[in-house]
This record gives sequence, C-alpha cells and structure tokens, in this order.
Amino acid sequence: MADFSTLKNPQWESRLYVARASFMLLVVALMLSILLWRYHDLQINRHQDFATLADNNRIHVRALPPARGLIYDRNGVLLADNRPGFTLSIVAERTKNLEQLLADVGELLAFKDSELARFDKLVKRRRPYESVPLRFNLSEAEQALIAVNEHRLPGVEVSAQLIRDYPLGAELAHVVGYVGRINERELKRFDPKRYKGSHMTGKTGLEKYYEDQLLGEVGYEHVETNARGRVMRVLERTDPVPGADLQLFLDSRLQKIAITALGEERGAVVALDTASGGVLALASTPSFDPNLFVTGISTKAYKALTGSLAQPLFDRALRGQYPPGSTVKPVFGLAALDSGAVTMGYRIYDPGYYQLEGDKHKYRDWKRGGHGSKISLYDAIVQSCDIFFYDIGFRSGIDVLHDYGLRFGYGDQTGIDLPAEARGIMPSRDWKQGARGRVWYPGDTVNVSIGQGFMLATPLQMAVAVSRLATRGEVSQPKLVSHVGNELLTPVSESASIEIPARYWDLVLDAMAGVVRDVRGTARRAIGKIDYTMAGKTGTAQVVGIKQDEKYDASKLAKLQLDHALFIAYAPIEKPRIAVAVIVENGEHGSSTAAPVARAVIDAYLQHYPLGLEVEPATGVLAPSHPVESANEPG
Amino acid sequence: MSQGDFERSLKEHGSSVYGEHKSWLALRIDFPLLILLLVLMALGIFVLYSASGQNLNYVKRQGVFMGIGLVVMLTVAQFEPRFMQRWAILLYGGGIGLLIAVIFVGVGAKGAQRWLDLGFFRFQPSEVLKVGVPLMLSSYLGQRVLPPRFKHVFVALLLIVTPAILVGVQPDLGTALLIFAAGFFVLFLAGLGKSYLLGALFFVLGAAPLFWFYLLRDYQKTRILTLLDPQSDKLGAGWNIIQSTTAIGAGGSSGKGWMQGTQSQLDFLPESHTDFIIAVLSEEFGFSGVLCLLLVYALIILRGMLISINAQSMFSRLLAGSITLTFFVYIFVNMGMVSGILPVVGVPLPMVSYGGTSIVTLMLGFGMLMAVSREKKRMGEQL
Repeated sequence: MADFSTLKNPQWESRLYVARASFMLLVVALMLSILLWRYHDLQINRHQDFATLADNNRIHVRALPPARGLIYDRNGVLLADNRPGFTLSIVAERTKNLEQLLADVGELLAFKDSELARFDKLVKRRRPYESVPLRFNLSEAEQALIAVNEHRLPGVEVSAQLIRDYPLGAELAHVVGYVGRINERELKRFDPKRYKGSHMTGKTGLEKYYEDQLLGEVGYEHVETNARGRVMRVLERTDPVPGADLQLFLDSRLQKIAITALGEERGAVVALDTASGGVLALASTPSFDPNLFVTGISTKAYKALTGSLAQPLFDRALRGQYPPGSTVKPVFGLAALDSGAVTMGYRIYDPGYYQLEGDKHKYRDWKRGGHGSKISLYDAIVQSCDIFFYDIGFRSGIDVLHDYGLRFGYGDQTGIDLPAEARGIMPSRDWKQGARGRVWYPGDTVNVSIGQGFMLATPLQMAVAVSRLATRGEVSQPKLVSHVGNELLTPVSESASIEIPARYWDLVLDAMAGVVRDVRGTARRAIGKIDYTMAGKTGTAQVVGIKQDEKYDASKLAKLQLDHALFIAYAPIEKPRIAVAVIVENGEHGSSTAAPVARAVIDAYLQHYPLGLEVEPATGVLAPSHPVESANEPG
Repeated sequence: MSQGDFERSLKEHGSSVYGEHKSWLALRIDFPLLILLLVLMALGIFVLYSASGQNLNYVKRQGVFMGIGLVVMLTVAQFEPRFMQRWAILLYGGGIGLLIAVIFVGVGAKGAQRWLDLGFFRFQPSEVLKVGVPLMLSSYLGQRVLPPRFKHVFVALLLIVTPAILVGVQPDLGTALLIFAAGFFVLFLAGLGKSYLLGALFFVLGAAPLFWFYLLRDYQKTRILTLLDPQSDKLGAGWNIIQSTTAIGAGGSSGKGWMQGTQSQLDFLPESHTDFIIAVLSEEFGFSGVLCLLLVYALIILRGMLISINAQSMFSRLLAGSITLTFFVYIFVNMGMVSGILPVVGVPLPMVSYGGTSIVTLMLGFGMLMAVSREKKRMGEQL
C-alpha cells in the first residue's frame, strides 16, 4: 500500500481509467437521451402546435378593400369617383420611441392637436404591428418630404388608398351625399367581415341608401412575411369584388340649371320624369361641398356650416316641410268634384272673405276685395281664388280632403331612394286628436283647403302630386337610381292609379294650363312667352300668421318672415313628360320668384330631350370603373 | 469492432514495410475518425448552405476553414504525444499571458472584451486554452500517482480555475464553461475521489447564490430567467428561444425539406447560421435529421473514448478522454440551449455552425486524438 501511494502502477491506473471512462460514457449516453427526449417531444409530440406557430409567424391575412361603386348621372357624367390618395401611417412596433418619431415627423408635416389626439386614441386600441393612420390625403410635396426622410423614420409608411371624390361638389351634395369614417355606432352595427379593410361608409344621400350595393365585397390575401413584417410572397388571393356602379335618372345639366336659377335664394327644385317617376333634378340651396366630409371636416368648417342661418346642410327638397298653399288647389278641386261635394258648374260669389255659419271670423282672400261674382272652379284655379276653395273645402269636409290628399302623395313618404325623407302632414281628425289632443274644428278644414293650417308638404311631395296630376292619376314612386350595376331597377308601383272621371281631369288640368296661358292666370307674366305648352299652379305659403283685419305688408316684414313662394308645373300639356315643383323660401309670391325657376328647368329639359327621354338610359355610357386591384399596397 | 481490427491489421502490415516505402499510408491517420469527421463536415456544409440563406460566400469560407482544420489535424497527428507534453506548459502559460493581455489591450464587441487585435486578424486567446487546459492538466496529472492526492488536486483546480475565471470575466461564459469542463474531465478521468466530487457538488450549490448576485451580469441573468419562462419577454430575450423551439417543433418527424424551413428562411430564427444552426437542421430535416446528426456525433465520441482507453500512457488517455468529452459538452450545451433546456450561452454546434476559430480549435483537438491513437501502435511495435 505504501508503494501504491508513491509509485505509479500502470495496470491499476489503466483499470481506474477504464472504469472512469465507462462511467463517463454512461453519462454521455444519458445526456444524449435527454437531448433525444427533448427533440422528440418538440418534433413529434408537440409538432402540430409548433407547425401552427410557425405558420402564424409567417402567414398573415390581409384584407383587400373593394373599390366603392361609382355614381353616374343619366348621361354617364361621374358624380362620385374614387381617386387615389396617400395616407401616412405609423406602425408602433417598428419604432423604439414613438414620441420621438412623432416629433420628428411633426417637424416635417406640422400636425394639428386634433390629428395627434385621434392618433393617440387609435394607437391604444390597435395592435402594435398594425398601422395606424396619422394623416390622410398627403399632398405631393408632403409625400416627397416623407420619402426623402424615410430612412430616419422607422415605422412610418405611406400607403395609397382610394378616396371618394365628388367632382360636382355642392351641386349634388344633398342627392349623392357623402361617405365618412365609420364611427363607433356604425362599427357595432356593421358586419365586421364586410367592412374589413374599409374605413368609409355612406353617411347621407345615395351613398347611405345604396351602401350595400356600393360597398362591394372585401378580398383577402394570404401573404408570407418575414420576421420584420415585409411581405415575401402572396400565397393565396381572393380578389375583392368592386361595388356596383349606380346610374341615376338625374341629369346633372338640369340640376345645374335648377341651382343656377335659384341663385342666392334658399329653396328647392324637384323635377320628375312623369312616365317613370325618375328624378331629373333634386336641388336644395344653399348647399355645401361634400368633399370636405370625406377625410374629416375641420371643426371650424363644420361650425360654419351648422351655424349658418341659411342651413346649407339641410336638404330642403326632401326634408323641408312647408305649407303647400295654393298648389294643392287642383287636388282639392278634383276631390270636391269626385266626391260629389260640388258639380262642375258650381259657382260662387267672392266678396273677399269667407265666413262659417255662426262664426264671426273672416277667412280672407289674398286679393283684397275678392275676385267678384260667378267664380267657377276653373276661375278659382287660374286666379287662385281662396274663397272658392274655402267654400268647396268646407263642403267636401276634412275626411274627403284627407283621402284625396293621401292619394296624391301628401302626408306620407314618397318612397324615394334616399334616407331620412320627411313625411309632411296631411291632417285628419285622427291626426289632430293624436298630435294635438283636440277635436277637429270646421275652421281647420277651411285653412287646410288652401294648403295652410296644419298641412305641410315637402317639395318632393309637391312634385309627386303635380306628376300625378299631369299623368291623370298614374301613381309612380319617385326614384333616383335607374341602374345598379347593369341591372335595370324596375319601379315598384305600390298603389293603383287614381280613378277619377276624365271630365274632372279635363276641367282641372285645363285650369292649370290657364294659370300659365290665360290673361288672368297667376303665372302668365312670370312664365312669359314659351314655345311649348305648360300647366302649373302658383302658391304662397305663409310664414307668419296675419292677424284679423291686418294687411300683409312685405315692406314691414324682415326677409325671414316673408312668405315662401311656390310653383308646381308640368309640360308639355299634350303629352306631359316633366313635372316640377319649386319653392323659394321667403320669395313672397309663387308667380314672381318660383315660376321662372321652374321654367328654366323645363326649358332646358325640352331643349335637351326634344323627343322625350330614352325609354331606358343607355348603359353603354357607363365608363369602366377604376381598376379592381387594391391600391393598398404598402408604400 | 471488425472495422478496428481491420485498421489494426492494415497498419501492422504498413508498419512492416515502414522505412522502405514512404507512402501516404505511412501518415498517422485514424481512418474511422477521419471518415466520421468528413461525413460530419459534409453534413455541416449542406445545412450551412440553407441556413446562410443560400450564401455561397459563407459556404466557401467554411470550406476553407475546414480545409485548414484538416491540415492542422493531420499535422498535429504526426507528432508523438510525448512530444506534445512539452507543449503543454508553453500553450498553457502563453494562453494565460494572452488572457491577461486581453484585459488591458483587448478589443471587444457587445460589451465583452475577448479579442486581441493582431492587425491582420482578430485572435481570441481563450481558444488557445480550450486545448491548453486539458493538455496542461493531462500532462500534470499523467505524471502523478493516481488517483491524485489532495496537493495535486489543489494544483489541478488552480490550473483549471485561473483561466476559467479570466475568460469568465471577459465575459464569455460559454468558453469559460468549456475550459472548466475540459479541465474537470481530466481530473475526473484521473480518478478524482468521491469525497472531492461530493465536496464539489456542495460547493457549487453553496456558491450558486454568490455567483448569481455577484458574478453574473444582468443579461446573463435574463438569459437564465427567460429559460424558465420564455413568454415573459416575447420580443426581447425570449424571442430567440421561442423562435428556435418553434422551428425545431415545426420540423416534425421528417422536416420541411432542404431550404424549405420558413422559420429559417424568413429570418424568424436569429443566428441561424452560427449558434442556432441546429434549429435549421431540425426544421428542414425533422427528427430523422437530428437522429442522423446525433448518430455521427455519438460514433465520434465512441471512437474518441475507445482511442483514449486503448492509449499507451496516462497522459495520452487523459488528453484523449478530455478532448472527446469536451466535444460532447459542445454538442450538449448547444443543442440544449437551442431547444430551450439550457440558458443561452455562446457555444457553437461543432463542425456545423459557421465559424473558423471553433473549427480549427476542434480539429486541433482531433489531431491530438489521432496522435494518441497511433501512439499505441508505435509502442506495440517497440515491445
């Protein structure tokens, strides 16, 4: 043993070594087994999980927003277009210091506080790898600034999108409407799948009414990205389906003429194709530029619009409710005849006022001293005699007036393809009981019989009424859109035509012709010489009540208290094709201010369509819409 | 073992004509080891081409490194192990000197000071000690009576710990670990007593908290913590491990195919051509690929241990055994770290990861192994 500790013993050492080496080999084998177990666990047992993880890493689904359908007028003039616009967005994940980046970009583009506030809100809601828009609609100079500095602005990207554009601007703002950013309320209501990739939705007008058709179908792209999010290749692609284009009955030339004719006045013009109910013009002035709303209107500009007394955002044609005044007289004339309240030969003496039996109240005529004796229905319409209509209205009774009013479209939505149409009021006993909690008085009937009192109608309703007069009771719903895509919309007639004996029509329509033609016709001077035939009816809607024994004196009233001027007309008489209703707010008399506007529109219509409208607007004029593929590639 | 027998007979036959014919067969070459290494290199090049993103530059350079490695190996293999014993003090002492130099004049990157700038290339002195330490220890203990007594154990520990600490403070934990392992293997193979082993175990357990609070830098602590819960820092320190385990797992049993790994080819995998290359192999060749690689590694280790057992002197045995086991440590640490069972330390996968230093150092070791394997023959001849 002593030797053992001091002398080397090769054999003993060799055996010791073999033992130790064998032990280490066992350890190696054990550790190799650990490695094998680990790799086996990852690659065989948990393969599916990791395969999914790897795919999630690389495969991203991108929504491809569809191009919104375009809107054309009847002649193929573009009313709503998509133009490429550039948006500056920031991907929070790709920058280390977001605040510094915002400051750097801010030096180049000078952001407004409102922009930054909106961005802050969005950044908190989105995932860090999603791009958050900061500024829309970059100008070329701004794009260039960003492009030059891009290398030192990691996380900043400029992407192209299609931005809605309204080439005719204010002229059709109330008809076409506008799109805007989807708000939170809409977000809850909308199907998130359909709106994947779209930020915009129709807010008003046709854009809202036809949202479903205009939107199109979203496309998808499965892309493979590398670790930095760069797209390496597209694995699979479902193209978006662009929204359907709309073609209108409306003629933008007539629209322009209507607006020009209204000039500085506040008012509305509605022109209908009597055959189809197609809307040829639908103007409301003043108007506004819808393009302001597309990318978000500034608070200042918005306040200017809402604060204006002229209410440019208010669509008078569709939502303005006015007493229709004397323009209802042809309808109530027919009502009195057809209901048998009076005969065609019925005449009265007009002393300038009307009194109900046992009532001292005098219902006055617009003409002091009255229209004289032997006033017939014809005279009463041509000269717009109020006393005659007080009389026959009272004789007919409110139930008859209500019934015929409804049949001519008063008191209910016309069913035009626009959102938020006002109903107007065609008063009745039930209505008064419900709305006012009072019983119906005979005096109420007297007021209604000249389109005053409780009765209210929109310019569109007045146009529908005159169209039904012109066609001798044919009922058609007013429509703006003739084609969705290449599909012709067939007008739906929900109610049967108005059955009234021809001789009554002859009398009333001849009287309307007399309004324009006769020496004593109220519109003769205003319309002047025309080389076609026109029938019409003037009207005046009181804005402020005139006390008993008080004279209406325009000079004493402020402009806003002046009467509204109304005029309804159709032409040509032999074969009516166009029906027009005009209102000029505070324009005093229908004859002087409203009638010339109607004439301008009818003149233009007959000039452009001397042979009438094409039965079916040509679909060939539909220009090809913008290329289908998305302009949303990363910039 | 028929292969070994064949080798032996071949060499005996060769030796009978030794001195008369100077054919290449006269070179000292351990053919089984050489063939296994060539297979491993081929495999490595194959994987590297894909892992580098089909970068031929990397492949060419790696090929050059491997060529240099082979030359180094075959050159070293021609020396007598006894002769090498004389290098031990030189390599070891020189290495320590250079490590101290690094502290004062070294250059660094990423907060670690590891290199000496020699003008034409950067040199990492710690690599010298990967060979220097086992050589020195084998030389020291090989001359002592085994199992080593306390005095010798103490000296041996000093010889191990000094360079390990010098490298560890650079800080280069991976290399320090390898150096320590190489030294420890010599001690263990030399028959270190059980009481020392137990003592070492307790020492490690006791020192661990000190180590944690005083020696480890923050980033090293983070690496260990992320090992326990990679999801805690998904985009930071945990990213590497999440992506590498995903790549490995996504490979499945047979893999996605060469150059078809999405994790590797789309840059999700960090360091895919260096330390994390096993993840590329795992993703593209699956579990079967991993099995193949481990089989080659296992055969090399087996061959190495066989050489060491059959060696003629204690010095040769210890040296060969330590080199072989250190080779395994490379494999275990690398594959363990990439698959998420060990913390991330910078240890390459031997002969597969891109990098010249590691290849040349490894081949230097294999050269020594070959020298040892042939020594046996010569001794037998003398007897």
